[in-house]
Amino acid sequence: MTQSLLEIKDLSVYFDVPEGVARAVDGVSFNVLPGETLALVGESGCGKSVTSMSILGLIPSPPGRIERGRIIYSGRNLLEEKEEHLRRIRGNEISMIFQEPMTSLNPVLSIGRQVAEPLMVHRGLSREDATAEALSWLERVRIPAAAKRLEDYPHQLSGGMRQRVMIAMALVCQPRLLIADEPTTALDVTIQAQVLTLMHSLKEELGMALMLITHDLGVVAQVARRVVVMYAGQVVEEAPVADIFDNPFHPYTQGLLRSMPRLGQNKGRLAEIPGTVPVLTETIAGCRFAPRCAHQFDRCRIEAPPLFEIADGRRARCWLKRYPDRRKAHV
Amino acid sequence: MPLPSRPPAIPAMTRYFVKKAITLLILLFLVSITVFAVLFALPGDPAQIILGINATPETLANLRAQLGLDRSFSAQYFGWIGGLLTGHSSMSINYDMPVFDLILSRLAVTGPMALMAMVFAVVISLPLGIYAARRQNRTGDVTVMFFTQLGLATPEFWLGILLMLLFAVHWKLFSAGGFPGWSADFIGSFKALLLPAFALGVIRAAILTRLTRSSMLDVLREDYVRTARAKGLRERTVVYVHALRNALVPVLTILGLQLGQLLAGAIIIENVYYLPGLGRLVFQAIGQRDLPVVRDIVLFMAAAVVVVNFVVDFAYAALDPRIRVK
Repeated sequence: MTQSLLEIKDLSVYFDVPEGVARAVDGVSFNVLPGETLALVGESGCGKSVTSMSILGLIPSPPGRIERGRIIYSGRNLLEEKEEHLRRIRGNEISMIFQEPMTSLNPVLSIGRQVAEPLMVHRGLSREDATAEALSWLERVRIPAAAKRLEDYPHQLSGGMRQRVMIAMALVCQPRLLIADEPTTALDVTIQAQVLTLMHSLKEELGMALMLITHDLGVVAQVARRVVVMYAGQVVEEAPVADIFDNPFHPYTQGLLRSMPRLGQNKGRLAEIPGTVPVLTETIAGCRFAPRCAHQFDRCRIEAPPLFEIADGRRARCWLKRYPDRRKAHV
Repeated sequence: MPLPSRPPAIPAMTRYFVKKAITLLILLFLVSITVFAVLFALPGDPAQIILGINATPETLANLRAQLGLDRSFSAQYFGWIGGLLTGHSSMSINYDMPVFDLILSRLAVTGPMALMAMVFAVVISLPLGIYAARRQNRTGDVTVMFFTQLGLATPEFWLGILLMLLFAVHWKLFSAGGFPGWSADFIGSFKALLLPAFALGVIRAAILTRLTRSSMLDVLREDYVRTARAKGLRERTVVYVHALRNALVPVLTILGLQLGQLLAGAIIIENVYYLPGLGRLVFQAIGQRDLPVVRDIVLFMAAAVVVVNFVVDFAYAALDPRIRVK
């Protein structure tokens, strides 16, 4: 088996909020292989962004705290690394792109400078060399007339252009892993596809791994090889992308798929998952999805299911693995 | 692909300048009319004050004609403003010299003191505000906030007296008041302004510290600060380059207002330290009904505030490119 590039083991991140302790991430484990595209999928608030920010040590503390777990990168646990070592990894070996291109770029610094910065801090390049390199990256992410745009400020660019700048900024040091947190959510649909294609082709070119965080299964289908589905702070299913779409195991994954609009299948209303996500400050006895699950039975409400091995490389957190006859035929 | 419209950088800045300069001139004109009208309408006859209550009507009328007080409102206004614009300011009734020269000589005290006070205020408040913001709700922050509260509650004359007692009376490091004059004793003059400027600066630093803190707190939560960290920038680059530049705009507003006010003279502190500054001049001129002095100083004070704000507008534009375009 291939050596993992990044391994997250039993990660728990809690937030101290006025209502108590919010278990935003609760015992999450998965790994990222070199050069692969892994999609981390789930609704808002399921802990996918918190998981990704923990990797780079970007959880604001307080109120956040890493309760337990390990994040292994290059044989070292990032959660125990000194801030200085972590800083050298950020933007250099592991980069990140955020959801909001409108607010993620500094409004008072020119984009040339912002793209050049990682090169100056990680590669020790002079400002001139870094700017020249930044320019070549702006061209690579297909910013038109890039040379004229070096002195521009973010407010002079459209949303899609800003996200391209973000991508250039994340890739200038040619990282081994790019974490993209909802990179296309804030963009127009037509621009979404362009940005996604761009990211995918650059990933292939650079041979880096891509961890794509999204709630959009359409995006997953386009680029991902493996999928990790999260629900209420936990991994509920992990599988190769084809299995997720053709043969989802977990009722939550099935619900997500049914709520996705598809061309040529216009059969009235889209299905929705009934109920709402549980409040993270409350302790839940059984399965966290049970209150919304159509297949739930007595054990689901009493005891939380472990992550069962479904097949090679497939896991699901559901009692249906042990009690397959409890699965209802038509839901 | 269509590009978003993009005005070139320099013309944008020039347009901004011209627009602001026109606003400045209109404002100054309105200020001058207001100042003149208010003092015109005030009761009290300068000729009567100069000559005393025993003056005969003829001598009063003669002096009024000499001072131009018998002319119409508009004639008096245009005579005054025309004189100012051509460099002929009216004569002070008490000092027997042109008000312009009088203001200049007093500004030589008030101007450096105001600037020194603002330097103290900035040097104290920016680092403290940033420090407090980075340790929000922890001991360091609470301590800083306690002292700013104290600073806000302290009257500056009282702090001035305390400093004087400590540094001038007890330790004898400074003189306890008075001003030797720049040409007579440069170092002595500088030292004479140090304590009052410090007193003024510390009080102003209190509000600036709180403002810097709250502004930094807002900015440190911004997405682009997270981006800067995710890029692996050093914490000091994140704080002092990426965050601070954004946080400075509101701080600059108050800083400008404070400087404008200080240039207009700090009446109380100048009295405590017996400094021949603008504040004391206007204070005495009011007592002596020296109308030309009061009028010109009030106009100068208003103009100082307006001009400092004009400069602050440019500092905004230099800090934040979005302001240039608006």
